[in-house]
Amino acid sequence: MTATLPEPSATLTTPVVEVNDLNVTFSSKRGRVTALDGINLSVGQGEFLSIAGPSGCGKSTLLKVVAGLTRASSGSVHLRGSSVSGPRRDIGYVFQRAALLEWRNVRGNILLQAEMRGMDKAKAARRADELIEMTGLTGFEQSLPHELSGGMQQRVSLCRALLHEPDVLLMDEPFGALDALTRERMNIELHRIWRETGTTVILVTHSVAEAVYLANRVVVMSPRPGRIMEVLDVPLGKDRNYGTTMEDPVFTQISSRVRDLLGATHAGD
Amino acid sequence: MSALDNVRRPAGEARSGRRPKAHEDLTAPTAAKPARASKWLAELWRPLVFVIILLAAWWLVTNQGWVAPFILPSPQDTWTTAVEHAAYLGQHTWITTVETVLGFLIAVVIGELVAVLMIYSKSIEKTAYPLILFAQVIPKIAIAPLFVVWLGFGMEPKVVVAVLMAFFPIVISGMAGLKSVDPEILELTSTMGANPFKTFLKVRLPASLPQLLSGLKVAATLAVTGAVVGEFVGANEGLGYVILQANGNIDTAMLFAALIIMSAMGVLLFAIIQVAEWFLIPWHASRRSTGSSAAGA
Ligand SMILES: Nc1ncnc2c1ncn2[C@@H]1O[C@H](COP(=O)(O)OP(=O)(O)OP(=O)(O)O)[C@@H](O)[C@H]1O
Ligand SMILES: [Mg+2]
Repeated sequence: MTATLPEPSATLTTPVVEVNDLNVTFSSKRGRVTALDGINLSVGQGEFLSIAGPSGCGKSTLLKVVAGLTRASSGSVHLRGSSVSGPRRDIGYVFQRAALLEWRNVRGNILLQAEMRGMDKAKAARRADELIEMTGLTGFEQSLPHELSGGMQQRVSLCRALLHEPDVLLMDEPFGALDALTRERMNIELHRIWRETGTTVILVTHSVAEAVYLANRVVVMSPRPGRIMEVLDVPLGKDRNYGTTMEDPVFTQISSRVRDLLGATHAGD
Repeated sequence: MSALDNVRRPAGEARSGRRPKAHEDLTAPTAAKPARASKWLAELWRPLVFVIILLAAWWLVTNQGWVAPFILPSPQDTWTTAVEHAAYLGQHTWITTVETVLGFLIAVVIGELVAVLMIYSKSIEKTAYPLILFAQVIPKIAIAPLFVVWLGFGMEPKVVVAVLMAFFPIVISGMAGLKSVDPEILELTSTMGANPFKTFLKVRLPASLPQLLSGLKVAATLAVTGAVVGEFVGANEGLGYVILQANGNIDTAMLFAALIIMSAMGVLLFAIIQVAEWFLIPWHASRRSTGSSAAGA
């Protein structure tokens, strides 16, 4: 039923992220590596964009350039209308590893965001409670990271990235280390959070199912030097039930297309 | 939205089923309180037994007349001497303690400061590192007389030698600790718009504590050595002076008493830092593993 809903066209709204002719080259002692080559990309307000591609094609680099953590060699990147020239604070970033502070409990790790930004304490605490509740971490507020499972750690990391209600959420293979079942669960939670918050999301992932289930558009990249091979629209509606979506012919069709594209670039990943 | 319900329930199951450890750890602190005394005993019985065996062997060797008393005094002679001269020993122990602690504290402040400066500035690191290494490889005993010439016979040269001895491990461990921060966490804090001072206070410094504290333990024992070395070179007070005097009088009982006090001082300083470690880094893996092994023993 979800597939029949008309898709709100994300590309018509104002772009939140705009990447033009982006090139990134790393030079090291062993020579120069072109990580990204001629990337053009525009992400609309409230859009969910998935990026899939073989390992080493520059997906992480692309996210880091958007966040201002890595410098573009040429081309331009605009985030919310202003040129990216250094680390941006109007984003939420989720790394592949949860990257939590070992000595802070779940709450403390989430509130790091607020402390660093100098946010209003009471408001941040309330928001943290909401997020803890939303991600099913209730009862574990006082637990230290080593007392949590990988999935729970990743949820803490997600809460931390959402605490300041960023307009743009950048996620770099956030569920890569999780088992298939936990990952599915996290996908459903992320889909719900995206619907509820209306945040613009760019998600890097190796999982085709994850990419297609969550996204409005899927970007498939080619191996080094990283280029955009194809951008696929995912007209599956905004309210996706995991089970029915998985069996939706539109879903299977797009998924197999993504798989074909990825398979053409390299044998199995 | 039945899918959401379907999904939320197994999540709860997974939490209580798959990771019981979290619950155990959460309840551990309350359960551990009455067991604290036995935990200490579990930690300490091995060294205690070792010390008792050592004392017994000492007693045996000296009381059977196998070794002449001026070579190795008996434990009871050492004890008697220590008690007889308690005031004398106490006064000199106090001097050495002050020198050691002062030297150690100064080394901590300077060492950590230098470590921080070297972490934040490559050019400071490149300038200071070779100098620090050079200062470290010079034998302290060889330059100690120089400090006496410069600073006189008071406490100052001893404190300086103690600082020099303790400084190196603090700088090295401080730097290693500050460098051990996950670079992704630093990238993360930069997206939080945090100023460098906040990042230092909330991320870098806490992350550096495990390594820094290891360095402090080494430094504390070296500070004792430094103070005594300083006293050897030129002093009229302190345990080093007591040892020299006793040596001159072939009063080995007194010498042994001073030696034992000196070792006890080093062990005590070490233990203080160990306790500080329990309070400062209860989250660290090293604390966790010793905790569980102690409980298992
Ligand atoms: N800091 C760096 N210095 C030098 N080369 C780098 C640096 N960061 C990335 N690269 C290179 O750029 C290329 C793209 O790296 P990137 O991490 O973006 O790939 P990726 O698509 O995220 O891969 P994966 O899926 O394995 O995470 C790689 O060839 C990598 O070696
Ligand atoms: Mg990557």
